[in-house]
Amino acid sequence: MELLVALIIGVLVATGVYLCLRARTFSVVLGLTLLGYGVNVFLFSMGGLKINQVAVVGASADPTDPLTQALVLTAIVIGFAMTAFLVVLALRSQGEQHSDHVDGQDGEQRS
Amino acid sequence: MTHWIIAPILIPALAGLLLLLEVRERQRLRRVTGLLSCIALIPVALVLWQQAAQGDVGVYQLGNWQAPFGIVLVLDKLSALMLLLTAVLALPALLYGCAGDDRRGPNFHSLFQFQLMGINGAFLTGDLFNLFVFFEVLLIASYGLALHGRGPERVKAGLHYVVLNLAGSALFLIALGLIYGTTGTLNMADFAVKAQALEGSDQILLTVAVLLLWVVFGLKAALFPLYFWLPATYANATAPVAALFAIMTKVGIYAILRMQALAFSDGPLAGLGSDLLWWLALVTLGLAAIGALAAQRLGGLVAYLVVMSVGTLVAALSLGDPETVGPALYYLIHSTLICGALFLLCDLLRRSRGDSDDRLESGPPLAHGNWLGAAFFAAAVAVVGLPPLSGFVGKVALLQAVPSAPYWALLLLGGLAGLMGLSRAGSTLFWRVHGEVVGKTLGKRRVFAMLALLLMSPALTLAAEPLLQLCAGVADQLADQTIYIRAVLGGAS
Repeated sequence: MELLVALIIGVLVATGVYLCLRARTFSVVLGLTLLGYGVNVFLFSMGGLKINQVAVVGASADPTDPLTQALVLTAIVIGFAMTAFLVVLALRSQGEQHSDHVDGQDGEQRS
Repeated sequence: MTHWIIAPILIPALAGLLLLLEVRERQRLRRVTGLLSCIALIPVALVLWQQAAQGDVGVYQLGNWQAPFGIVLVLDKLSALMLLLTAVLALPALLYGCAGDDRRGPNFHSLFQFQLMGINGAFLTGDLFNLFVFFEVLLIASYGLALHGRGPERVKAGLHYVVLNLAGSALFLIALGLIYGTTGTLNMADFAVKAQALEGSDQILLTVAVLLLWVVFGLKAALFPLYFWLPATYANATAPVAALFAIMTKVGIYAILRMQALAFSDGPLAGLGSDLLWWLALVTLGLAAIGALAAQRLGGLVAYLVVMSVGTLVAALSLGDPETVGPALYYLIHSTLICGALFLLCDLLRRSRGDSDDRLESGPPLAHGNWLGAAFFAAAVAVVGLPPLSGFVGKVALLQAVPSAPYWALLLLGGLAGLMGLSRAGSTLFWRVHGEVVGKTLGKRRVFAMLALLLMSPALTLAAEPLLQLCAGVADQLADQTIYIRAVLGGAS
């Protein structure tokens, strides 16, 4: 279980970082989204991994941590809003600069 | 009386929401609402300062939840000082915006208020996750403001700024996750207590978390190697926005100072990363000096001066010595207000130069050259740190407090580079002129707003002695973290 979650976080963050380093805005947006997923799963697992337990003290012998769930919920909401904003910004950048390169123009075209 | 603590967050929040409801065509109503909120923040900040100056740490428990479990707002002298600085900077910046820049986009006023809400919240909160939330509030408002007024350059700089800060937010969350996973708390005071007791692998994980936090705060404060977004973003932002952004880097510096004073002044994690911060700050200082010399536009030059002030401050604060924190706070107040004034002045010059914009090249003569020249001269003297204005007082106090050869060398050479950059800019803008005057009228509000910020410098100089003492008082309170911890956690610790 721990290994699986750790692998998922690792793969999500690695692909996220790789895509963030690409030169096209679409890959960067996708990369940041994946990075956000990785971070959310990581944050979630920080309360300890427990299967099939409710987050209510007394209702279960070994309750899961409700705080990380609240934190992740906040992080998801913020991350979603930021991604939506970034998509609009990337579209506007493409509209104004006629290129989806993150610097507004291609390195090859410039040289 | 205790409810005053939340007022600096509620006032801009309510004003921002109200502004969203108001009819877009009624620009005057929106301006009045925005200005009223900014005016109201000043007496509120003064009242809070009065409370904090008595030496007690005020704690506001949201929803009346006990401290380590609920979110708290904490008002100590440092928070009160930063709130006051924000309020004093925001009013002239908004006044300048009301002279016409606010018409260039639909939601300028509400974004401005939300930005203030985020900044004030970041200064007040006593909870690490809440700090993240307020960082996001101020960031998402700043994204909108940075793009206010359109233009391809602005969109390009804005895209870099947004992507970098989103990556920074991801790192912030990882750091918070590690902190919660190891200490089981996100309350700053509780964290400071629990961090001392960690051992073994937990302590190593916490070290990682803290270093990640330094990266995030370094990104916000624009510290080398994370400052490259700043010159482009600030130089391309609309003037009132750039002036307000002068406080944004200080939010990062505040966060570093707060965490360092609270949790890393003694115990097993004492001085964690401070050597690193010291050297990075010195490199920032040196590179910003080169950037200031190489700037092609006045806006870029002022942006590099902001970076230079960040290097100066973080280097002094990284020593963690109360003796240096006092002068550093004085310099922080000075550099925030003067950099704000310079951004406004830069916009006034840009308006008088037609197509030449703020590029440092021969252009049309200025319509009010004498007045603007005198203001530019005063601002340059203040920001570089020549006598008799406030930059000089701040730098001398800092040099006395930090007896270190590389710091002295870089601070003085940086000042020299800034002086050379500003002299070159001034002589180009005011003397290398040709052709006809093309300038539009400047507008009384704009000039008044700029002067209001600029005249803070002589005021800071005249009140230097009491202000330096006041800052030393803030530093003293900060040095004794038990006051803060006892106030937040009560008798429990």
